[in-house]
Amino acid sequence: MGRYILKRLIQMIPILLIVAILIFLLMSFVPGDPVQIILGDQATEMQIEEARHNLGLDKPFVQRLVDYLVGILHLDFGKSYLLGTPVSQELLTRFPRTLLIALLCIVFTVIFGIPIGIRCALRADKLEDRVWMFVTLLLSSMPGFWLALMLVLLFSVRLGWLPSNGIGGWKYFVLPVFANSLGSLAGIARQTRASMLEVIRSDFVTTARSKGLSERDITWKHALPNAMIPIITILGARFGMLLGGTTITESVFSIPGIGLYMINGINNRDYPIVQGCVIYIAFTFSIMMLITDLIYAFVDPRIKAQYAGPAKAKKKAEATA
Amino acid sequence: MAKDKVKNEAVTESTEIDYAAKAKRNKPGSLPYIWRHIRQNPLAMGSLVIIIALFILSFLSPYIMKYSFSKISMRDQYALPNSEHLLGCDEVGRDILSRILYGAKYTMSIGFASTAISAAIGIVLGAVAGYFGGWVDGLIMRFLDIFQSFPGILLAILISTVLGPGFEKVILALGVSGAPGYARMMRASILTVRGSEYIEAAQSINCSTARIIRKHIIPNAISPLIIQIAQGIAAAGLMASALSFLGFGVQAPTPEWGSMLSSARNFIRDYPHMCIFPGIFIMITVLAYNLVGDAIRDALDPRLRD
Repeated sequence: MGRYILKRLIQMIPILLIVAILIFLLMSFVPGDPVQIILGDQATEMQIEEARHNLGLDKPFVQRLVDYLVGILHLDFGKSYLLGTPVSQELLTRFPRTLLIALLCIVFTVIFGIPIGIRCALRADKLEDRVWMFVTLLLSSMPGFWLALMLVLLFSVRLGWLPSNGIGGWKYFVLPVFANSLGSLAGIARQTRASMLEVIRSDFVTTARSKGLSERDITWKHALPNAMIPIITILGARFGMLLGGTTITESVFSIPGIGLYMINGINNRDYPIVQGCVIYIAFTFSIMMLITDLIYAFVDPRIKAQYAGPAKAKKKAEATA
Repeated sequence: MAKDKVKNEAVTESTEIDYAAKAKRNKPGSLPYIWRHIRQNPLAMGSLVIIIALFILSFLSPYIMKYSFSKISMRDQYALPNSEHLLGCDEVGRDILSRILYGAKYTMSIGFASTAISAAIGIVLGAVAGYFGGWVDGLIMRFLDIFQSFPGILLAILISTVLGPGFEKVILALGVSGAPGYARMMRASILTVRGSEYIEAAQSINCSTARIIRKHIIPNAISPLIIQIAQGIAAAGLMASALSFLGFGVQAPTPEWGSMLSSARNFIRDYPHMCIFPGIFIMITVLAYNLVGDAIRDALDPRLRD
């Protein structure tokens, strides 16, 4: 297992490097000159030349790319064009906020979405199931940012219970987490229900029932573990959506996280900021995918056997032979 | 006598054709089959009617609406919904209902068009990877790994930063960023079909490769993809409105629903009606897309029916 994790971590390095190169290339195609944006329209030719020199933008493209990559290997993401502050420092203060929101969202999604899905599957086609299915369909058809605005309207503007923007105590997290995760929650509930129903109707459940097992044992010990396997895959992808969704949520609630930082970076043509944010997000996402695969192995013994490595599997095969 | 024979032949021929046509209609996965299935589902039919009605209204809106979508009238600034302006007016007194109807075609067609692009790119990449295997497969899959190493919405934001804002560019940005998902699905689907026994059987009776691909692999591999396309339109519509909301999609004077919300959010404290209505229309549209998508899924894969 340890070797597998190590292998996956090492595989991540080239992917992240290529992401860094691609994003660097991509940013060089963006229309709009950062120097022009910093200095405004009044700048003279001389001033622009000087600023370009100070920012190192007059160097050849390849050299800038190599400098950037060498910097990344030292965890140095360059300096913001506009403010001159190091990007890596800003990322370190902002990243925990984004990660916290994304993690709270995925926890919220799991602890409510999966039980709702199971309950609906067990009461399929009853009234309760139909009501939940309608509510979840409605929620998954709502744009997250609009839901955020409506929550602000209700809980901040009308009722005044919760703050509508900024960061602070736990109260500041309630609305962003709700707005970001209700759509995912609905999606997971629907998928859990579908997956559970498929398993409940399968032959081994009928067998378990015919052996006289209690309904509780059938649900929790036989059906659920099998139904969870596709859900875990979907949860990994959902985390990505939630991480992307925090960009929008942060922009609605003015939370100084990585998403808002990136959007501001894009608007100001402040490329080092954009590049730094992208690499951070790609890294987080890759780690999360790795964790998903590990949970997978934890739930499904068939996959765990594959991770055990060819040597072990061979030994086992010999032993059984 | 001879005449009779000709007549007889004609009769048998026509019945044969009828049988063939009937078999085609009843073939699971064919378009007539899907259509019959949707027709039996009142929710999906209703949704289809709403989608088509909104689309037609959107094109007719300049002729049937009392107020133009771009007519500025300072007298009606921030007007609440009233009998003149059913959904009220925005910050420069433009009629919100006219704007919503006029803007319907943007929001709705972005979903369609970008999904079509995603699916086209994805199907070709996935089919090539799945069919050829080996290093081609490895190369394409590593390439997709890189694209999928961050969330779809961020990829769309980055691509639209490079392309610049605008209707066609949003479609392209969403289309490209959605492609890896379809490619993976197509590849997986082709791999499953390729290993199946009926392909082996076809090979054993000396079917040509072209025939195997055309007659056996594609019809069997395509149905999960059609399901994903049908359900992807709704997701693409949501993403499109989010992009416009953030200012990377369709830009302000165009009444795309996301960009209407983007400007309305500044007035949410005092004039919430500007925020509420465009969002409700996005929700109705996406809900309709979802319901039709679910009906198509049910038709193609009865196991997943809810």
